Amino acid sequence: MIEVTNLHKGFNGEAILKGITTTFERGKTNLIIGTSGSGKTVFLKCLLGLFTPEQGSICYDGATYSDLNIEQQRNLREQMGMVFQGSALFDSMTVEENVMFPLQMFTKQSKEEMLERVYTVLKRVNLENAEKKLPSEISGGMQKRVAIARAIVTHPKYLFCDEPNSGLDPRTAIVIDNLIKEITEEYDITTVINTHDMNSVMEIGEKIVFLQKGFLEWEGDKSQIFKTDNKAVTDFVYSSNLFKKVRDAQLKGL
Amino acid sequence: MFYLDDIGRYFLMLKGVFSRMTKGSVLRNLILKEIDDLILGSLGITVFLAFFIGAVVAIQTALNLTNPLIPKQLIGFASRQSIILEFAPTFLSVIMAGKVGSFITSSIGTMRVTEQIDALEVMGINSLNYLVFPKIIAMFMYPFVIAIAMFVGILGAYIAGVYGGFLSSIDFITGLQEEFISYHLVYAFIKTAIFSFLLATIPSFHGYYMKGGALEVGKASTTAFVWTTVVIIIANYILTQLLLS
Repeated sequence: MIEVTNLHKGFNGEAILKGITTTFERGKTNLIIGTSGSGKTVFLKCLLGLFTPEQGSICYDGATYSDLNIEQQRNLREQMGMVFQGSALFDSMTVEENVMFPLQMFTKQSKEEMLERVYTVLKRVNLENAEKKLPSEISGGMQKRVAIARAIVTHPKYLFCDEPNSGLDPRTAIVIDNLIKEITEEYDITTVINTHDMNSVMEIGEKIVFLQKGFLEWEGDKSQIFKTDNKAVTDFVYSSNLFKKVRDAQLKGL
Repeated sequence: MFYLDDIGRYFLMLKGVFSRMTKGSVLRNLILKEIDDLILGSLGITVFLAFFIGAVVAIQTALNLTNPLIPKQLIGFASRQSIILEFAPTFLSVIMAGKVGSFITSSIGTMRVTEQIDALEVMGINSLNYLVFPKIIAMFMYPFVIAIAMFVGILGAYIAGVYGGFLSSIDFITGLQEEFISYHLVYAFIKTAIFSFLLATIPSFHGYYMKGGALEVGKASTTAFVWTTVVIIIANYILTQLLLS
């Protein structure tokens, strides 16, 4: 579980996050949504420890990040997996080497043990027969799968995803969303996903945090998001023509 | 103030490079890869340049020796001195600032743009140590490149001088051995070692702290080349003053 309390962060005097307080539960897919510029990425990078908050605290299963020394922070980060928006695969390494990388860095396993784990994880993300390929030789959807495999190979306690289905076709996006949800439940990890894709919200949104101009505007689950009368949320949700038409059809009783 | 800020960040970067070391087995492979990329990959161009610049130095010296009282051996002597003291350590380092420096900046800069550096940090890896330290160690091999360049440069001078009909082989070799001061080699290799450190760290600094996209990677490479060259030239002046005066 991740508990965020009164989180503030800004750059060059401009406040980006303005007192966010929320909780991300273990074993659930927690979504951060909001329009571009609402502070989602900054929030996620604060959760990852890449940005230091100006005020407030982030607590990972009882351990407050700012209270930890550098070694403890490093150990905590080893328990985090991250799927970046652009996958962030190491382009000079093959798929196999990318997934093996965290194991090489943080474990004392033999090469055979590492390879066994790599192939298990690649099989779990339905990515076989691409082990020897470079990231540039595989599709965007496959790159996302490799990124997920790399993120979970060390059995992390926390999984963070920054717009995991951006740039993917709708079918592949759903597959990636479902894969993340399945892995979250299977490994019992705390997953936080940063997205502005309403399809993801519909598919996997067990806890949704809506950010607006740096404030936490609304939080709830996917069944509540369509019932809320919060104008900022409804504006965001129904900015999609598809959802607007579905709502209109429901109102007309079709 | 802007430059002072950058200088401060450069030294903070160095502090980061030498802290929280990467796992030894991983580091060893990285160092070998960097030696391949930075050192072995530069040998060809270095040998090519050294040969022809050495040849030109010999021809230029020969063409300017119009006084019959000046012995022809001076061609060998002048070629040796200019190649060992300046051409090989300094001139080649400036060229390497373009070749190796832009490679380092663009590779690290691209990793920054594509969030690969963030990925390393998230994993709890000291990205500065992982990316820059192997380059510094690999560049310790750079004096060997310069030693080869010195040899090839003098060989180029010999071939151009002797086979160009400017002097005899005996005259060239006599000039080459004349008043040889071994300390000049020490001076050249001290310079080279310091330049190799600059060649590894200044481009890394520009790549690591760059912001923006693909266009900025190109700009950072250019800036890195300019600043590496400027610092090498200034360091050359200071080192010459300190070691030879």
